[in-house]
Amino acid sequence: MANNSLAYYPGCSGQGTSKEYDMSTRAVCHALDVKLQDIEDWSCCGSTPAHTVDHGLSTALSARNFVQAEEQGLADVTTPCPSCLKNLKVALHRLKDKNVGPEAERILGRSLTQEHSVRSILQVIYEDIGLKKIAAKVVQPLTGLKVVPYYGCLMTRPHDLMEFDDEENPVSMDKIMEAAGATILPFPLKVECCGASMGIPRNDAVTRLTGRLLGVAASLGAEAIVVACPLCQMNLDLRQSQVNRYNKTNYKIPVFYFTQLLGLAFGIQDTHLGFDKLVVDPKPVLSKLMANKSVLPGTFDNAEVAA
Amino acid sequence: MDIVNLGKPDREFTRRVEKESGQTVSKCYQCGNCTAGCPMGFAYDFQVNRIMRMVQAGQKDLVLSSKAVWYCATCESCTVRCPNNIDVATVMDVCRHMARREKKIGVWGVRAFTASFLETVKRFGRSWEMGAMGGFMAFALKPFTDLDLVPKVLPKNKLPLVPHTIKARKEVADIFKRYNEGKRNGK
Ligand code: SF4
Ligand code: SF4
Repeated sequence: MANNSLAYYPGCSGQGTSKEYDMSTRAVCHALDVKLQDIEDWSCCGSTPAHTVDHGLSTALSARNFVQAEEQGLADVTTPCPSCLKNLKVALHRLKDKNVGPEAERILGRSLTQEHSVRSILQVIYEDIGLKKIAAKVVQPLTGLKVVPYYGCLMTRPHDLMEFDDEENPVSMDKIMEAAGATILPFPLKVECCGASMGIPRNDAVTRLTGRLLGVAASLGAEAIVVACPLCQMNLDLRQSQVNRYNKTNYKIPVFYFTQLLGLAFGIQDTHLGFDKLVVDPKPVLSKLMANKSVLPGTFDNAEVAA
Repeated sequence: MDIVNLGKPDREFTRRVEKESGQTVSKCYQCGNCTAGCPMGFAYDFQVNRIMRMVQAGQKDLVLSSKAVWYCATCESCTVRCPNNIDVATVMDVCRHMARREKKIGVWGVRAFTASFLETVKRFGRSWEMGAMGGFMAFALKPFTDLDLVPKVLPKNKLPLVPHTIKARKEVADIFKRYNEGKRNGK
């Protein structure tokens, strides 16, 4: 079956707390002619909780999704979420590991029949589309918008596993945002941990770690933080008020998914980008951006961009 | 820093950690790079380099009873920065698996969150934030410390109040079943 689509794994948060990431990912991929085909009846990859319990269990939970992709005739998987990405990637490695592999297959109840790859949406856009084509799609450059790109701890490390960008100083998102016309401020905490899911059992982990990220971003004069991870986004955005309360600060820095800003630069309608889902109000930043423009957001619809 | 009295080394423990993690823990020369970059260190009872030393020294009880193995956020900073290429985060992961198998209590809140998250996956095939939160409160017997966030997130229409259930949820439940069977048979 010839199928040049990528198998798309939205991840659980894509249906809940990171809806806007899923929406804007689909819109941007459509505009860039990246064909996504949802993995049918996909299931949770197990996320951090599963791999902290048992590697066999977490491998089996992730691997079920490759089984589903195989049944659709798809081998290459992509997902916006770095946490899912890592789980899916680790699962492919562990299935080949002589210790965990057989046990994982026993738990899964079957084995995979072909080779698979998994890449993030960020990697697909950066590598398969490339900066030139991205820049060519820009109809509404983000001129004057000062952003810090924040990759979080999962996206690029460890390099042997993730096989993408640089583990200490990744640049892919910087370059993409630059192609969209934004001004990139050098952010030294690009890959520092935001506290991840520790926010739930231990609030203070997040108020501390995320507090530092916000503090440095603010001191650099960033108007927005750009992210590629739902967990980072939630800690920085939803918990920004919590951080402010604990640390007696008063940050109001919007935290965008890179796909949202890319979509804006492509002139994709707001309704496809989900800016209204952000907790820290992005309007002041967006209206400032639009103030000196003749084109307003959403003038172009998705179909026109794709054409 | 507390001084700990090392008990008799349990060599079998060291060997098992090395086997399950696939890492040569003996290569650690205590440079402290892992600890320097560890974001969760502030919550640890033993810093990650000391955990590594204690694994080398076969201090099974100290390691498996530590809070550190539960608070590790698996951010991989240690793994990336270890000059000896030890995958330190996987060593932490494996120690936590062992602690769980040995029925160590660990850090209750972290366990409660893990358990309630996985429970939603087992039941619905996908994780469900609201369900995991409810479960967390029930398990941890304390109100969720994030209640202040509820009014912020509800109007965003993001948190599904009912879970997304997959069609083949039995397949996922079976994965958990076979995992539990294996555990019972002393995998
Ligand atoms: S970074 Fe590596 S060698 Fe250094 S203390 Fe940590 S584990 Fe040991
Ligand atoms: S993986 Fe765990 S031990 Fe290593 S730096 Fe991150 S939080 Fe610390």
